Amino acid sequence: MKALKFSRKHLGIPYALFMAMFVVLPLLLIILYAFTVEVPTSEAEIITNDITKFSFSFENFVKFFSNSANIRAIYISFGLAIITTAICLILAYPVAYILARSKMKSKSVLLLLFIMPMWINFVLRTAAMKELLFAIGMYRSNKLSMVNTVIGMVYDYLPFTILPIYTVLIKLDKNVLEASTDLGANNVQTFTKVVIPLSMPGVISAITMVLLPTTTSYVISDTLGNGNVTIIGKLIEDQFSTMFDWHAGSAIAMILLVLIFITMFVTRKFSDDDEVNVRGGGLW
Amino acid sequence: MVKKFIKRGYLFLILAIMYAPIILLTVYSFNLSPDIGVWAKEWGFDLYVQLFTSEDVMQTVLNTLVLAFVASFLATILGTIGAIGTFYSKKRVKNALNGVTQIPVINAEIVTAVSIALVCTMLAFGRTYASLLIGHIVLCFPFVYLSVLPKLKQLDGNLYEAALDLGASPTKALFTVILPEIMPGIFSGFMLSVTLSLDDYIVTTFTKPPTFETISTYVFDAYAKGGKGSSVPALRALSAIIFLVMIIFLVVRNFVGRKKDEKKN
Repeated sequence: MKALKFSRKHLGIPYALFMAMFVVLPLLLIILYAFTVEVPTSEAEIITNDITKFSFSFENFVKFFSNSANIRAIYISFGLAIITTAICLILAYPVAYILARSKMKSKSVLLLLFIMPMWINFVLRTAAMKELLFAIGMYRSNKLSMVNTVIGMVYDYLPFTILPIYTVLIKLDKNVLEASTDLGANNVQTFTKVVIPLSMPGVISAITMVLLPTTTSYVISDTLGNGNVTIIGKLIEDQFSTMFDWHAGSAIAMILLVLIFITMFVTRKFSDDDEVNVRGGGLW
Repeated sequence: MVKKFIKRGYLFLILAIMYAPIILLTVYSFNLSPDIGVWAKEWGFDLYVQLFTSEDVMQTVLNTLVLAFVASFLATILGTIGAIGTFYSKKRVKNALNGVTQIPVINAEIVTAVSIALVCTMLAFGRTYASLLIGHIVLCFPFVYLSVLPKLKQLDGNLYEAALDLGASPTKALFTVILPEIMPGIFSGFMLSVTLSLDDYIVTTFTKPPTFETISTYVFDAYAKGGKGSSVPALRALSAIIFLVMIIFLVVRNFVGRKKDEKKN
């Protein structure tokens, strides 16, 4: 009766079943929808998105790439993502560095102050930013939509940039810095040639933390962009919520999926910081 | 001295920028002006009264909290059994499960959201509370898994064997030997789940039943679709309260942390 005896690894079975059902199957469905179009059964041609009526086709992808608005959204997404990530890094690195090197007693409280906004509802924070921008007159012209969106994104993702860089810097071996000084490097040289290269894993995880949501999470661009900023995430939302074309929406989702996995494949090699710490899990 | 001043000044500046919007809302939560930036003469706690007497908003807050705790609780159980099961499996199974667990973490939220909406429609229960709950569990469980796993790695493998040798059943050994040891990981996974669930908008909006609102969806509708500024001034009071809760949390945490340090010394 050995097979029936409980063992620790059997706990993996319900876990695997859940994941098969709600992690793997959903992605397979996305792929299925992406490569198919609906076959209208009657003349009435009402979109039903029925899973049982489809025929294989590349039409969704052809349609997506032949629409100039979509291509524009891709450019805007990447532009926004790169600008936001750059500003976040420029602002966050000094914060992380000063905090990690300081001998202040209140260091941990100060760090928490920087991280705390992460735990305040993100839509609410974005809304608060809108109120602030509105109060200082940033909504007078539509030309400022893009600027407002960048401000909002930087504001929302700054804590996510500070934390991973800080966690890497705090672990930095002080002897290495001393060695660098002993070998004749000045402060600037030590910083650019020792501190920055050693903190790269933190910087990379910070980048991945910001890059992905800025291209896909349309909450900020919708709230602050005054309807003038469309990013990739918004295109998917439009297809599902407004156009009710699940096939087209899935095709965009699949393009995004491929991009994500390529980015991950590249960045995972450089980053050793795990996601739990990046999200502030270690602080509990 | 100057250097120190610059450093402190920089930290202060960034903090000021980070907190400016929230402080602005908090200040205006005591003012009845419909527009922020225009200071009305009458001020007081009216917005707070509005907040607590508005059935809509109260229901929304309750929905958000219940969902966060239920989803986090289930995600914690799932993530914990997953971590234990995976950790003690054969290498190939382990790698496979580990890899799949990473998918929701690295995936874009919108892709997770629509894919779960698709699966729930296919399974014919559509957009109900169940689909919402599943969405939030999928969002959270990998983080519980990832918090528990390092604790399992630190665990002395002989403890479990010793418990079995001393006559404990595997179930009992699991509950009395392994679980207490990995509790800190489970707890931080749970807390992380709560914050992730409270924060989520995208998965919620794609999986929720049409009439169900959480703080995220409610605020988003009020701001993104309500044109410039908010259509619901009472939300200022809500964000002020959330801010206050966070401050209290910070103070308490700091206090507890100090005590722990004192004990260590």
